[in-house]
Amino acid sequence: MSKTAQATTSPVVNPVEPSGPGLSVRGISKEFFGVAVLHDIDLDVRPGEVVALLGENGAGKSTLSSIIAGLIQPTRGSMRWQGKAYAPQSPSDALEAGIGLIHQELRLLPDLSIAENVFVGRLPMRNGRVDRHLMNRLAARQLARLGLDIPPTQRLRTLQVAAQQQVEIAKALTLNSKLLILDEPTAALGGAETDRLFSQITKLRAEGYSFIYISHRLEEIARIADRIAVLRDGALVSAHDTAQLPEKQLVEEMVGRSVDRIFPEIAPPQEREVLTVRNVTSPTGAFRDVSFSVHAGEIVGIAGIVGAGRTELVRAITGADPLASGAVLLDGVPLRLRGPRDAIDAGMVMVPENRKQQGLIVQHSLADNMAFGNFDLMQSGSWVLPGRVRAFTAQAIRRMGIKGTPGQKIASLSGGNQQKVVIAKWVSRNPKVFILDEPTRGIDVGARAAIYTVIAELARTGMAVVVVSSDLEEVLGLSHRVLVLSRGQQRGLLDRRDASHVAVMELATS
Amino acid sequence: MNARLEGMRNTAPPSARRRVAWPASLGGATGPLIGLVLLGVGFSLASPYFLSLRNALNVLDQVTVLGIVSIGMTAVIVVGGIDLSVGSVLAFSMMVMGWLNQDYDVPLVLCIVAAIVVGGVCGAVSGLLVTRARLPAFIATLAVMSVARGMANILTDGQQIVGYPDWFTRLSTVRHFGFLSLTVALVVVLVIIAGAYMTFRAGGRNLYAIGGSSEVARLAGIPVRTVTLLVYTGCGVLCGVAAVALASRLDSSQPSAGLGYELDAIAAVVIGGASLNGGVGGIAGTVVGVLIIGTLHNGLNLVGVSPFVQQIIIGVVVAGAVTFDTLGRRNR
Repeated sequence: MSKTAQATTSPVVNPVEPSGPGLSVRGISKEFFGVAVLHDIDLDVRPGEVVALLGENGAGKSTLSSIIAGLIQPTRGSMRWQGKAYAPQSPSDALEAGIGLIHQELRLLPDLSIAENVFVGRLPMRNGRVDRHLMNRLAARQLARLGLDIPPTQRLRTLQVAAQQQVEIAKALTLNSKLLILDEPTAALGGAETDRLFSQITKLRAEGYSFIYISHRLEEIARIADRIAVLRDGALVSAHDTAQLPEKQLVEEMVGRSVDRIFPEIAPPQEREVLTVRNVTSPTGAFRDVSFSVHAGEIVGIAGIVGAGRTELVRAITGADPLASGAVLLDGVPLRLRGPRDAIDAGMVMVPENRKQQGLIVQHSLADNMAFGNFDLMQSGSWVLPGRVRAFTAQAIRRMGIKGTPGQKIASLSGGNQQKVVIAKWVSRNPKVFILDEPTRGIDVGARAAIYTVIAELARTGMAVVVVSSDLEEVLGLSHRVLVLSRGQQRGLLDRRDASHVAVMELATS
Repeated sequence: MNARLEGMRNTAPPSARRRVAWPASLGGATGPLIGLVLLGVGFSLASPYFLSLRNALNVLDQVTVLGIVSIGMTAVIVVGGIDLSVGSVLAFSMMVMGWLNQDYDVPLVLCIVAAIVVGGVCGAVSGLLVTRARLPAFIATLAVMSVARGMANILTDGQQIVGYPDWFTRLSTVRHFGFLSLTVALVVVLVIIAGAYMTFRAGGRNLYAIGGSSEVARLAGIPVRTVTLLVYTGCGVLCGVAAVALASRLDSSQPSAGLGYELDAIAAVVIGGASLNGGVGGIAGTVVGVLIIGTLHNGLNLVGVSPFVQQIIIGVVVAGAVTFDTLGRRNR
């Protein structure tokens, strides 16, 4: 902590009494270029407490956590931490004070070992050399504490996302962090991994560690949080002393209007079978002997925990990855899938799992992104004219209700609008089969509802729709039938009325 | 579906969308263009010989070879690659042409075709190493660079080949209509074709998708590997064409030709606003970049700056142009 910070924060300036040895945030405001993004936030986190920070994207959760973790400095306001004034000028100030941020997109070095990742920047030295023995021993102890049985010498790249996240937590713990800010920690985790993370949080909480937990998933927050603070448009809307609140109330506080139902009405499917998948098996063993069919106007959800082979399955069906055996039929005609183009030409499209890396080129414009893969629809003769591309894009923007202009860079759009661009791009082809992998990952509640409406609309126009999601509510709320995978095996194909939370989870974890 | 698409065709873009910049148009090259104009003004003030039609034509003659090579380099960089072999491939093509002509009395026209084919084959080898063997483009083309240079020297044991027929050297020396040599005309035609292709054809637009994100491009149904292979092959073909132009200008084939051309070409493309991360850049920018490098050499010569100092200045200009561009991008 810097001396200047202590000098400027005197009791006179800070009339509110700090509440004990935890973190207290008082009147924090932040302006970027004169635009206020946070107004006057008060927040308390006591030792051994999990405080959930709720809010839509852009509500100010990330800005607030960045301020607490020292990434950016507030325009006004003050903080106290462990009874002392706290004004971190950099992330290292915050770490030194014992506050660590576990970022949504993990910041690790994939080609170094786990131990090296844990100790990067402060490798233990002896006689002028790195003391690998000590480093590995300390890292192993930390991993054991989190219940991980992985050798600390293993290369990080070889770990699953969930395990990588645990390494981040181990790293924060060796830094003696007493307050951990978890930004969407479960975004990439399946049910079992989430459970493990929660049991770790519970254990650490009992040892006096505090957490600020940022998530979009309300059921998770009800499970893990002690208290909830809701942000909207940069202001604190409400602070609840309990996490046991009706979801509807929280959603309404987040979006600032009443939300009757998030999931739209879905129309009954038609008789005609459009997509038939017969005994498909992956060459890598990611899935084996999976068969299902999708009718026109039907939405089939694919549920399963991470590693169940859901993404691998839909990627293979759409030609992105090879199939070892089995057949994919469209309107009864077997497809020869040598690559995505074959699937697209046949009328089967996929909105991929990772929007920013597989779905969109974020540094390019909205119009360019709409055009890639769709030039055949917007050529005049064989020429691609910018005016035509813009008109095509403008049309899609209006139809989908995308908030953006054709020339705008994708990076400057919100997650929900980005996802709408990916969907719009493929809707333009009027496909027969529309597959969406994690359609609402990292998208805030208000925008989610809009995506759900779009998905229901796709089915209503007669497309066969497949939705893969880690969010069970989503699968149950949208699908006519639910295909459950577990460890690459097909465990069941449930009708909407049989597909309860419990029924699906039982199959998924079998 | 048809009704829906018909609707799209008939809808004019709202006027609010006017200011949208098409990334490959001159829009992206405005900064470099201003730089080129300033350079011209500066040299005009510094040297009485700079601002004349004669000197402008000299600059154009001097940049023909670099211009042709840079067109191919632009496509390679836009798909997110790099081609270090262009100078060596140029030399190899040039030597094949001279060697076939002198040692085997092959008619010169066929030798020209052979030079272009050899360039294309070299490019295809780079492309295969990148797309099939999955080598990083830097390594693949570094290897081809070394091999091609070695082959260029082996053909004649390192000797140059002098003496082409008059009609061949006249390609680059006779100025038709008083200003246009055939080699310069060739560059202009190639620039227009490549520029139109990369801006207004689906095939050309796909290069930007591949450079932006090859995974996005692949999932959008673009045959990424095939297109990438063709881009490297095309770059090689252009090296072959450049070799013919250079042989005509020099009236000889030299195994040491094209040394360091890869750096000049990369510099020109990057000064023109392309990003080595791929997905950004364009022919218009590259043309401006080539002219900046040509004008710098020409103007500095006229002012009497030594070639050694010129190298320093080019380096500073490259760093300056890219810094400027990066800062501009960040502020947007």
